[in-house]
Amino acid sequence: MTTVWEFIPYIMSGITWTLGLVGGGLAIGFAIGLPISIGQTYGGKEMKSLLDTYVWFFRSLPLLVLLFLFYWGIFPASGYKLDSLAASIIVLGLRSGAYQSQIFRGAIASVGDAQLVAARSLGMRKLSGVQHIILPQALRISLPGWSNEYAIMIKDSAITFALGVLEILTRTRYVVMATHEPLLPYFFAGGLFIVLTYAGTKAVSVVYEKTKIPGLIGRM
Amino acid sequence: MSSETPVLRAEDLHKSYGDSKVLNGVSFEIERGQIKVVCGPSGSGKSTLLRCLNLLTWPDKGRVWLEGEEITDPTKDVNKLRQKIGFVFQEFNLFNHLTAQKNVSIALEKVKKMRKDEATKLALSELKRVNLEDVAHKYPAELSGGQKQRVAIARALAMNPVIMFYDEPTSALDPQLIGEVLDVMKKLAQERLTSIVVTHEIGFARSVADEIMFMGEGTILERGPPDQIISNPKHETVKQFFKRINELYRREER
Repeated sequence: MTTVWEFIPYIMSGITWTLGLVGGGLAIGFAIGLPISIGQTYGGKEMKSLLDTYVWFFRSLPLLVLLFLFYWGIFPASGYKLDSLAASIIVLGLRSGAYQSQIFRGAIASVGDAQLVAARSLGMRKLSGVQHIILPQALRISLPGWSNEYAIMIKDSAITFALGVLEILTRTRYVVMATHEPLLPYFFAGGLFIVLTYAGTKAVSVVYEKTKIPGLIGRM
Repeated sequence: MSSETPVLRAEDLHKSYGDSKVLNGVSFEIERGQIKVVCGPSGSGKSTLLRCLNLLTWPDKGRVWLEGEEITDPTKDVNKLRQKIGFVFQEFNLFNHLTAQKNVSIALEKVKKMRKDEATKLALSELKRVNLEDVAHKYPAELSGGQKQRVAIARALAMNPVIMFYDEPTSALDPQLIGEVLDVMKKLAQERLTSIVVTHEIGFARSVADEIMFMGEGTILERGPPDQIISNPKHETVKQFFKRINELYRREER
């Protein structure tokens, strides 16, 4: 038993990797998802169908398939030598972008067209109206949905064990293999995921409360 | 610019949505300082007319001039021209995430590129003009309907428009809140701020309008001074309409 506990710092140091995967994936996903949602809402027909295809592709394939496809297939074939961590972050980000775009698209739709019409009536250009009037409201509305994306991403990040990324699960598996003791290490890893998920969603809901628009109740 | 140039001129405006013809050849002009009231049954094209006049909706056919400049010319920058037209919506359309003061100053900052402190100062003085300086820091959801609509009027006024459009500005308000909005509109009308007002507030029309344009079936069925249109209309539809409105009005006054 003692041998298992000795490995706890080793598993714990996987937290940094897990958070790196999640933070990087969410950031890339945001940078991709927000423009996609704007394009899908306000863009022309061709742009919409192009973006729809992107979203459809990344939402259709299992994460594991995407990881293998990009890490073993697309990245090497296109001449990029990425290590497994970088490849995983990019794949998580590309995929999260597809999901995040739908969170933002729904939020933009719920802000409503009248807000943009009012902005236009004052002589604001469309993009300026989207930037100053629509997005500040849509991003607030999307926070609960976005915290869900975080919770999913934390857990999905564990799938990168298949590429040997040294996040929590990969390390836990090494410990299990070395000690032949599966129960406690997996329990411990599970506990870490619970804590990370709770802490993250809690943080988002604090932000949500802080940025609430005074007087607006029940709309979000 | 000669003093005879109308502030706004519309010529033969047409607009259809699918099979339904909403505007079917509307022409009129409005001189500086004039107040025109547009009435008519719902679906007669009143709101569409206003939206076609500042190109929030493009007409299928027809032309519009603002101070002699054709705004339906596709090479013109609509955003520049819209700044000169104040638009007040039935549902207020205040920016939900901004305080009353910010609602007024945001376009000054982002469109007119005014400095922030100047924009804030002007916003506060416009809010004062509609008697709302004490709620400048409040958000739309914290305001009454009447206050919201007055903020919306201040927001439009701050851009220093040459003409104001009001699209049924009191229709979404509780009866006891209508008065405060009409009072502000009357005050602006008395300052001879050129305006086109879509409304069924007969009292307002009688006291400040130079002309009522009655719309139906996508055209102007009848037009003339308020007393004539309200009390002595010629067209059968107009007669019926005001008969009903007058009955309603008397019932409310009792």
